[in-house]
Amino acid sequence: MAKKVFGRPKSLKEAIYHYCPGCGHSIVHRLVAEVIDELDIRGITIGVPPAGCAVLAYNYFDVDMIEAQHGRGPATATGIKRSLPDRIVFSYQGDGDLAAIGIAESFHAANRGENITVIFINNAVYGMTGGQMAPTTMLEQKTTTTPAGRNRTLDGYPVKVCELFSQLRGTTYIERCTVNSPASVNKTKKAIKKAFQCQIDGKGFSLIEILSPCPTNWKLNAIDSCKWIDEVMSKEFPLGVFKDNLAPVKKTGEADPC
Amino acid sequence: MNKILMSGNNIIAEAAIRAGCRFYAGYPITPQNELTEYMAEHMRNVPGGVFIQSESEIAAIHMIIGASATGTRVMTSSSSPGISLKQEGISSMAACELPGVIVNIMRGGPGLGNIRPAQGDYFQATRGGGHGDYRTIVYGPATCQELADLTMDAFDLADKYRTPVMILADGMMGQMMEPVIFKKPKPRKYSEKFMLKGAGAGKSKFIRGLILDAIEMEEHNWKLERKYKIIVDNETLHEEHRTDDAEFVIVAYGTAARIAKGAIKRLRDNGMKVGLFRPITLWPFPELKLRALSGKVKNFLVFEMSTGQMLEDVRLTLQGYANIEFHGRPGGVVPTPAELANVIARHYDKKD
Repeated sequence: MAKKVFGRPKSLKEAIYHYCPGCGHSIVHRLVAEVIDELDIRGITIGVPPAGCAVLAYNYFDVDMIEAQHGRGPATATGIKRSLPDRIVFSYQGDGDLAAIGIAESFHAANRGENITVIFINNAVYGMTGGQMAPTTMLEQKTTTTPAGRNRTLDGYPVKVCELFSQLRGTTYIERCTVNSPASVNKTKKAIKKAFQCQIDGKGFSLIEILSPCPTNWKLNAIDSCKWIDEVMSKEFPLGVFKDNLAPVKKTGEADPC
Repeated sequence: MNKILMSGNNIIAEAAIRAGCRFYAGYPITPQNELTEYMAEHMRNVPGGVFIQSESEIAAIHMIIGASATGTRVMTSSSSPGISLKQEGISSMAACELPGVIVNIMRGGPGLGNIRPAQGDYFQATRGGGHGDYRTIVYGPATCQELADLTMDAFDLADKYRTPVMILADGMMGQMMEPVIFKKPKPRKYSEKFMLKGAGAGKSKFIRGLILDAIEMEEHNWKLERKYKIIVDNETLHEEHRTDDAEFVIVAYGTAARIAKGAIKRLRDNGMKVGLFRPITLWPFPELKLRALSGKVKNFLVFEMSTGQMLEDVRLTLQGYANIEFHGRPGGVVPTPAELANVIARHYDKKD
């Protein structure tokens, strides 16, 4: 008898991604959907997609969703979660959405310790609008609005979201991962699962930052994009757990966090 | 039903809670702070009630969007500069057809302006305010009793048409105290099918304002427009005061209409037959009723605490039907009934 070992997660619709080849969004969508399936929370989950490349996420996730205006995801998610505290609410945001236009909404949702989960895609560039500078663009990185490379004097420095947010007493679980190799994809899935479990257990604000390749706007091929994350991006944005206030809490029903 | 003496800002908050509002988010700004403070004190004592002091007016409007999507009755409030910040969300609520009540206790503008009562946000309120083709239902209450009644009605209308409704008052209305009776709220009629509560075992839903296909987006615009037409046909409200025998009519709303009533009393005492036409809904503007009045009165004066904004709606309604004069005091100046009476008296002598 054939045994099904791999298939489409129930929480993903039968749809073809519009994302560019080599983009990290599709991988992360799948990971979030797998986690939702594994935790059996599809029916009680409400997602908040951003403005940006993932603006059409509601075409892919088979959970209830309300699209937020640019950067306002955590405010909208706050409204949902406070009205329906027993639902699982996640906001899915890019670097411009979270760290530029929506830094106030994200920062204060974190500071209030809203019991929500933020999936934060950091690809160091504005993807959907065609490759402009993001708050997380690396120094010297060329974008359409930093044609000579990001200039520290004129353009400022890459914003380190995990480092900043982990300083807030309102946050519970904060980890930075990437999806540039099979091993890192597996690790990211565990982090996402931990973040959702944090919310299920009512432990408070969780944020998973994912360094995500953008071959189109980095002007690299997919393989070199994955290398660039290892060789350049993760030097500025080191991977790891930045905050874990879950540790002393006894958890039930959660997979071994490796 | 006992009368209760309360200030305008507190009345709006109390009426909202009685009407079943269970989610309020706001950011402090004068002269509406008492509303936010009243909510802080009372909302969290109501079962299921949520009060959040947000980090900004922008965050507040997006919080109520999230709560509204779940089917909760929602309110936010601010004053002029803060309402400018909320426009992104108000446009979004109109696009996503989400009900909610937004209170603007107007102050002097433009820019930071001052914290004195003014009516300079009429254009912003009645023309939509934010980007895109949409309208917002706007109430312009003139008494504390109306603040109570119209706040409750605003929630019903927001649900009925699934659209944001604005209460447009000014610092005077917010701060003044008058005795009010809170009416019994109507039972809520709002279908579960519009509420986002998680898909359960069924099909998932989404709420969005993004429609990339131009033809689809056009159809969404026309769908909203058809709704606005129905609102125009069914929801206009106005008051006529001493217009039966009037030969001269003041058109004014809110605080300006109160001043007008004082002026009318003085003018009538001096034998001048002056009346008042007071729009209660500012959008939809009670155009047909005002034009009907021009059948018997040919002299109108628009009085606003602005440089003349509602004046444009009156011109659209009465141009070619009657003479239209204007008196305005922008910037937070609240003129006395005596001043207005003097202005009217001059025009009254010259009337046809």
